[in-house]
Amino acid sequence: MSSQLKILVADRQIVRPGDILAIVEQKIRRPSYNPEKHVYIYEDKIISAVLGLASVNDNDISVIPLEGRYFPRVGDTVIGLVVGVGITNWLLDIRAPYKAVLNAGEVIENFSPITTNLRDYIDVGDYIVAKIAVFDRTRDLLLTVKGKGLGKITEGIVIEIEPSRVPRVIGKKGSMLNLLTSKTGCNILVAQNGVVWIRCKDERSSEVAVKAIRLIESRAHMRGLTEYVRMFLDKELA
Amino acid sequence: MIEKPVLIRDDGLRHDGRRPDELRPIKMQVGILKNADGSAYVEYGGTKVVAAVYGPREVHPRHLALPDRALIRCRYHMAPFSTSDRKSPAPSRREIELSKVIREALEAVIFSELFPRTSIDIFIEVLQADGGTRTTGLTAASLALADAGIPMRDLIAGVAVGKVDGVLVLDIDELEDEYGEADMPIGYAASIDEIMLLQLNGVLTLEEFRRAIELAKEGARKIYDQMKKTLHDKYLKIIEK
Repeated sequence: MSSQLKILVADRQIVRPGDILAIVEQKIRRPSYNPEKHVYIYEDKIISAVLGLASVNDNDISVIPLEGRYFPRVGDTVIGLVVGVGITNWLLDIRAPYKAVLNAGEVIENFSPITTNLRDYIDVGDYIVAKIAVFDRTRDLLLTVKGKGLGKITEGIVIEIEPSRVPRVIGKKGSMLNLLTSKTGCNILVAQNGVVWIRCKDERSSEVAVKAIRLIESRAHMRGLTEYVRMFLDKELA
Repeated sequence: MIEKPVLIRDDGLRHDGRRPDELRPIKMQVGILKNADGSAYVEYGGTKVVAAVYGPREVHPRHLALPDRALIRCRYHMAPFSTSDRKSPAPSRREIELSKVIREALEAVIFSELFPRTSIDIFIEVLQADGGTRTTGLTAASLALADAGIPMRDLIAGVAVGKVDGVLVLDIDELEDEYGEADMPIGYAASIDEIMLLQLNGVLTLEEFRRAIELAKEGARKIYDQMKKTLHDKYLKIIEK
């Protein structure tokens, strides 16, 4: 897509599957899908593959999806709910179409299945902050908790949002998340799979933080959302 | 035997007052079901259909999973109360076949290779049948897939062309289907100009067939535009609120 594009849509315009976004100079026979951009090239056209918002960046075009489930990628930070305990691993639900596995060796040093009972460390119903370590599409994905800020959640509250709204809750270069944390004084982690972990000093601020996140979720495609949320927070916290 | 009704009146209009190239009034809505990932409700005149989409999700039973792409499953079903005589709720031969042809039409547009070892499940429920249930179902399923955020090459609009009393007519209803000479449902992806579903029941000459395809495409384009508008309006409504 290096050659000149003739872009047919405006930035932040709502687009649907089959909408022609731009015309390219060279022709391509086979429809080729670009998973990061949610568009595909067919003949000389760039066409949207999903329902979303167009994102026009000088001579490049992509679509931010408005709907859809979470699909895992290596390196994503996710929050998983423990749904099973095996002999050498835990099984986690990360709201993806695949089961996630956390090996005991990740959590316990010198792990031996004979001497340790995994339920003493992490049990069913616990939330874990983890990173996706391995995902090659042929086997279930592997998680790791080695890293800063990863591990079992022991305080605060956890809420679920639409995974497609995650980019909006974080904002451009983290602008929305910065606004939320600075105004409410809460510690907020937005995981890529649409699970949000909120730690606040008092109940009032956590209540406001949840309300604000729900607001962002329901109006994800609104222009000037950051300003709107700022006003909302000022009013609620006054 | 009941006598054949007048299908084309003396003034050239059809039994319900439509012109031969006129669609029935069409209504569409998306996101009507809370528990499904995507859903749609579509009405073509008296035909009313709900579609729901789940996925991509884990495949159950596990052995059905495909190693290189998503398994697409489709169930077309008519509610027992959808017809004037009660229809048995068990899937009939006809429903199993329609599930297959609708699935094959949708398989051609979904980028299923992005989601290996998962399943995308499509449920089409006919609430009221008045002809053209497969095309209405296909339109609804396509909208529900878009609402579920599943990557597709294009939306598919379904519409049928029939031949009644020697005249080619668009979007035939139950009565015209029963007493007409031919029924040809098509599924058309307007943006990429491809036909994803084509069936023909009855007899058409080659010339009639060519004209029928053109008529169907023209009708499908109108439905396609309405589909796009429906998806657009869902978000516009929230902005206005």
